[in-house]
Amino acid sequence: MENMTEPAESDPAPVIKHAAADPSSKSRLASAAGEPVISVDRSAEKIFECSAVTVSYAGKLAVEDVDIPLLKGDVTALIGPSGCGKSTFLRCLNRMNDLIPSARVEGSIVYHGQDLYAKDVDPVQVRKRIGMVFQKPNPFPKSIYDNIAFGPRIRGMKANMDEIVESALRRAALWDDVKDRLKDNAFGMSGGQQQRLCIARALATEPDVLLMDEPCSALDPISTGKIEDLMIELKKHVSIVIVTHNMQQAARVSDMTAFFIVDLSAGEGNRIGRLIEFAPTETIFTNPADPRTEDYVTGKVG
Amino acid sequence: MSTPAQMAAKAAQQTTVIPRRDPADARKERSFAFLMYAALAVAGISLAALVFQFVSDGAGALSWNLLTNFPSKVSPETSGVKSALYGTIYLMLLTAVFVIPVGIGTAIYLEEYADRRRWFNRLIEVNIQNLASVPSVVYGLLGLAFIVRGPFSLGRTLLAGAITLGLLVLPVVIIVAREAIRAVPSSIRDGSLALGATKWQTIWKQVLPGSMAGIATGVILALSRAIGETAPLIVIGAAVSPRFLPDGINSEFTALPIQIFAFSKDNDPQFIQLASATIIVLMVLLLAMNSVAIYLRNRFEQKW
Repeated sequence: MENMTEPAESDPAPVIKHAAADPSSKSRLASAAGEPVISVDRSAEKIFECSAVTVSYAGKLAVEDVDIPLLKGDVTALIGPSGCGKSTFLRCLNRMNDLIPSARVEGSIVYHGQDLYAKDVDPVQVRKRIGMVFQKPNPFPKSIYDNIAFGPRIRGMKANMDEIVESALRRAALWDDVKDRLKDNAFGMSGGQQQRLCIARALATEPDVLLMDEPCSALDPISTGKIEDLMIELKKHVSIVIVTHNMQQAARVSDMTAFFIVDLSAGEGNRIGRLIEFAPTETIFTNPADPRTEDYVTGKVG
Repeated sequence: MSTPAQMAAKAAQQTTVIPRRDPADARKERSFAFLMYAALAVAGISLAALVFQFVSDGAGALSWNLLTNFPSKVSPETSGVKSALYGTIYLMLLTAVFVIPVGIGTAIYLEEYADRRRWFNRLIEVNIQNLASVPSVVYGLLGLAFIVRGPFSLGRTLLAGAITLGLLVLPVVIIVAREAIRAVPSSIRDGSLALGATKWQTIWKQVLPGSMAGIATGVILALSRAIGETAPLIVIGAAVSPRFLPDGINSEFTALPIQIFAFSKDNDPQFIQLASATIIVLMVLLLAMNSVAIYLRNRFEQKW
């Protein structure tokens, strides 16, 4: 089950192909009744090694037993229907769930060999290494320049701020759009530009992972395309984990894809998210091991 | 025999899909609108009558001397409100010094730190709401018992007056500041925290700047309420018509509402006229403060 050896880096552009016609893929699923199917090159360098991650809000399970290794240099997409816990899981990776008093995270998330949830780990320091971009662009009500400079400033970076700002904006492919109006309020930008500003803002602090929670869901297709191009460009330096509802997006940008479902077996009021399959994106979209993955990516459900 | 035009009209009537307006509905709409305008008129007319009354009574007594002379109990011609005007301004500034940090601090605690599941936080919240509606004379008694006399024993001083008025407007400042802080979207806090800012950095560099216009507006409106208050100052024993200016926070003082009260108690109609003129002074001061508040809100309010 864990013997797939697709080198993540050399994935060709994934092709979406309806796999329903291939009966051989179905035969494999009997073994997948309970355990999720994890097909990943275990020898590759990992950024996150998550085991038995379970998150509950006020005692109610939101996502249960996620075991997943996230590889360095990859774009990893988390897909699945609404309420399947993919955003909740994403927010565990930079300890944003700590901000919700009723949230409880169990299991372990090891980041470059260090337990993220160990007692002596300061969540503030975690978030300095692991950047995040949210569903709705959330620029600060300040100038474009000050938006970018906020992160470096709060950690007391004394280096040449103009250079930091310019390089962050260049990396987010925004420099040419805004270089003449750095002092303008960020609220005057278009939605797509605001989201790229938020990406630039996260990059300014030199994170080694960027978490993106449906970063394009509020954007038009052209802005979405720009952000997707950006992700492919950025993964040379930054590993990316992206939650998306858009399966074409997952297919276009990601190297690895994790599919989650909503488990209703505990009753309609107890929606529990579960990881079903984690594999190279091409496998997920062309030859998934679990029929539920196949039904989802081919649009039969969800 | 009907003309083609009539036939066409009839056909059109028969195929009407959307029912015609019910005249009863239209009547209801009009009478409701009328009631609303009537309610507005009651407020507008009483305000206009009041303003007209004291302006026509007091305009004759308005002069620079009114502002630059000390009050006199015997000669209305040379009597002024200098001590009360200064007293009111000092009182306002001192109240602001007390109420701004305490009010904003409380609001930050309640909005950003307090766990609402804890009973004492809910108790604090409910009590602040209640305190905002406690009559001002009760604050005067509190000030008299605990600040002027009792544990603090500050005497009938400017400081005692400012603390009493501060306590009076503190609930209002807290409520307004909380609303302004709550208006800052949580996405801004998340954005800041996700960049590795601490909670305090997020509050200090994002939440407070984003809510400052609302807080400043609320503080100014609260202060303008404070300087219009008479009852608590009478209860704590503000001086009546003093012929000196307060020379420090431990000095005795008076304020414009007290001066108005003192003038209006006199039997001499010239003093009554001075009371109206002093009302104009106070009203101008209040309108000026409210204008600043409106300006701040329009100029700096953050649209999210």
